[in-house]
Amino acid sequence: MHPILARRERLLAYLLAWVPLAAIQAYLLALPGSLSIGEAAALAAPLSLVYAFLCLSSFYACRSAPLTRSRTGSVLGVHVVGALIAASLLTLAGSTLASLLGSFPALSTLPERFGKAVPPLFVLGVLLYLLAVTFHYILLSLESSQAAERRAMEARVLAREAELEALKAQLNPHFLFNALNSVSALTTTAPARAREMCVLLSDFLRRSLASGERSLIPLREELVLVRQFLAVERVRYGRRLEVEEEVDESLLSTVVPPLLLQPLVENAVRHGIATLIEGGTVTLRVERAGDGVRVVIENPYDPETPAVAGSGLGLSIVRRRLAAAWGRAAEIDERGDGGRFSVVLVVPAVPAEGE
Amino acid sequence: MNRLRVVVVDDEELARSLVREHLAAHPDVDVAAECANGLEAIEAVALHAPDLLFLDVQMPRLTGFETLELLDPRPAVVFVTAYDRHAVKAFEVNAVDYLLKPFSKARFDAALARARALLATGAKKPDPAALAAAARPEGVPLERIAVRDGTRVTLLPVETVEWVKAEDDYVLIRSGGRNHLKHQTLADLAAQLRATRFVRVHRSWVVNVARLASLEEGRTAVMADGERIPVSRSGAARLKELLPKG
Repeated sequence: MHPILARRERLLAYLLAWVPLAAIQAYLLALPGSLSIGEAAALAAPLSLVYAFLCLSSFYACRSAPLTRSRTGSVLGVHVVGALIAASLLTLAGSTLASLLGSFPALSTLPERFGKAVPPLFVLGVLLYLLAVTFHYILLSLESSQAAERRAMEARVLAREAELEALKAQLNPHFLFNALNSVSALTTTAPARAREMCVLLSDFLRRSLASGERSLIPLREELVLVRQFLAVERVRYGRRLEVEEEVDESLLSTVVPPLLLQPLVENAVRHGIATLIEGGTVTLRVERAGDGVRVVIENPYDPETPAVAGSGLGLSIVRRRLAAAWGRAAEIDERGDGGRFSVVLVVPAVPAEGE
Repeated sequence: MNRLRVVVVDDEELARSLVREHLAAHPDVDVAAECANGLEAIEAVALHAPDLLFLDVQMPRLTGFETLELLDPRPAVVFVTAYDRHAVKAFEVNAVDYLLKPFSKARFDAALARARALLATGAKKPDPAALAAAARPEGVPLERIAVRDGTRVTLLPVETVEWVKAEDDYVLIRSGGRNHLKHQTLADLAAQLRATRFVRVHRSWVVNVARLASLEEGRTAVMADGERIPVSRSGAARLKELLPKG
């Protein structure tokens, strides 16, 4: 749909803009001297109205020949041809109108006298058409920049939403209440450990909340968060939860969205270690992968325990956040068989500023 | 006053020690056993026949609910869980009580008092299978059925189940060429199975549609394992809705 025709108030404003143009047209028609100013005005008014609508058609020509993606020659060609056709139609309409008016006895010489006014009318037609072309190009560029802005806005909203979801998952009630229950149990039997647990839990929560405010953090900081989380869980699970790390220290300055790995490690504990009577080891690896950084989180699980509803949520959030940060440059892959589950992430190595 | 025999079941050592500590304040309570999972709980209950069980919901291998279905004899149960609105829902229906972690001493003592009062009246204990069924999230069908032979527990994936037959208070489950008996009503079990897969073809029978070989004269279902199962009029109508047309 044509942007002007789509809304009534836009069409009205457009036609109003044609009032001065119609006056100029009347002036030019009278200029050769063959027509009186009254006759010129009587001709210019209906002709301008018709031409106003005819010029709207240049929108489609503009859209099919966008300035950014077409060669200058072809753009000019399209519009010059368009202008010549439109101006010809205008003069044709003018002489038809003149001969119609000529059937009135008082105006019987009008068609003959109109002949002299044809050249200025034709030139004006060409100019007005080209003016309309310019106008439509401006309109189109305004629309496309609005669309680009909307897309950028959507990407930002998506990133925020993913962050919020990650934070909410962070403070999942199972984790928090179970940790507090451990504190409650330790208070009488091992007061020093109870205090230690309070500190661990607070450190983890404080860091979670703070990192959620930033869009990217160095991997080093995310790993601190992951270790704090695991430290809290180890108090709870005791010997059932072991942790192994193989980390290439040279990669720790690369940036990742905050709270990217923590939900994956939480899944490894909740849907892996917790399903096993004897528990097991969560393995965390950070290694170089070509130009990027590969992070692997691996855990054993009980294949006979049905997947809990919501276990896929953490992964889908991570996937969305990776896409929001790096598009297709980041990859995530999960695999579960033979009682071992692994998530493999590959992200571009982007060092944090100042490192 | 009679002494109260108690078994504590939780996969977390610290959580067990907390319950134990609260119980220590009651001199007439004996902690008969502590268990770290459902399998241990089933053995301990069979051995000690406790009056009361403190039972965690989220545990490895067997959940608290699955454990509950398999206990024999059946003790009174107080659930101890961090957060489980389905559990809460079940207790509203017919449990002794539940404790949300972390809980206060006063709350713990109140739960113990409730259990004691219930045991003193000799009232019928809530049916654990019905309790477990009520606690299941709505719209999420069962994926496996826990059955027990002595203290040996087997988890049957529901897709391996051919048919289920009601036998008084028990159900007979046919799976993998073997029969398994479980203390549960057919209605309770059927309500938890995927309705598009398992059809109650008769008052006493539920069949797995995927294991149906043929339907003879609309009144007898012949299963893949050769079992011939009677089909009632309404059962036939339910079956026809699910079977491919033509």
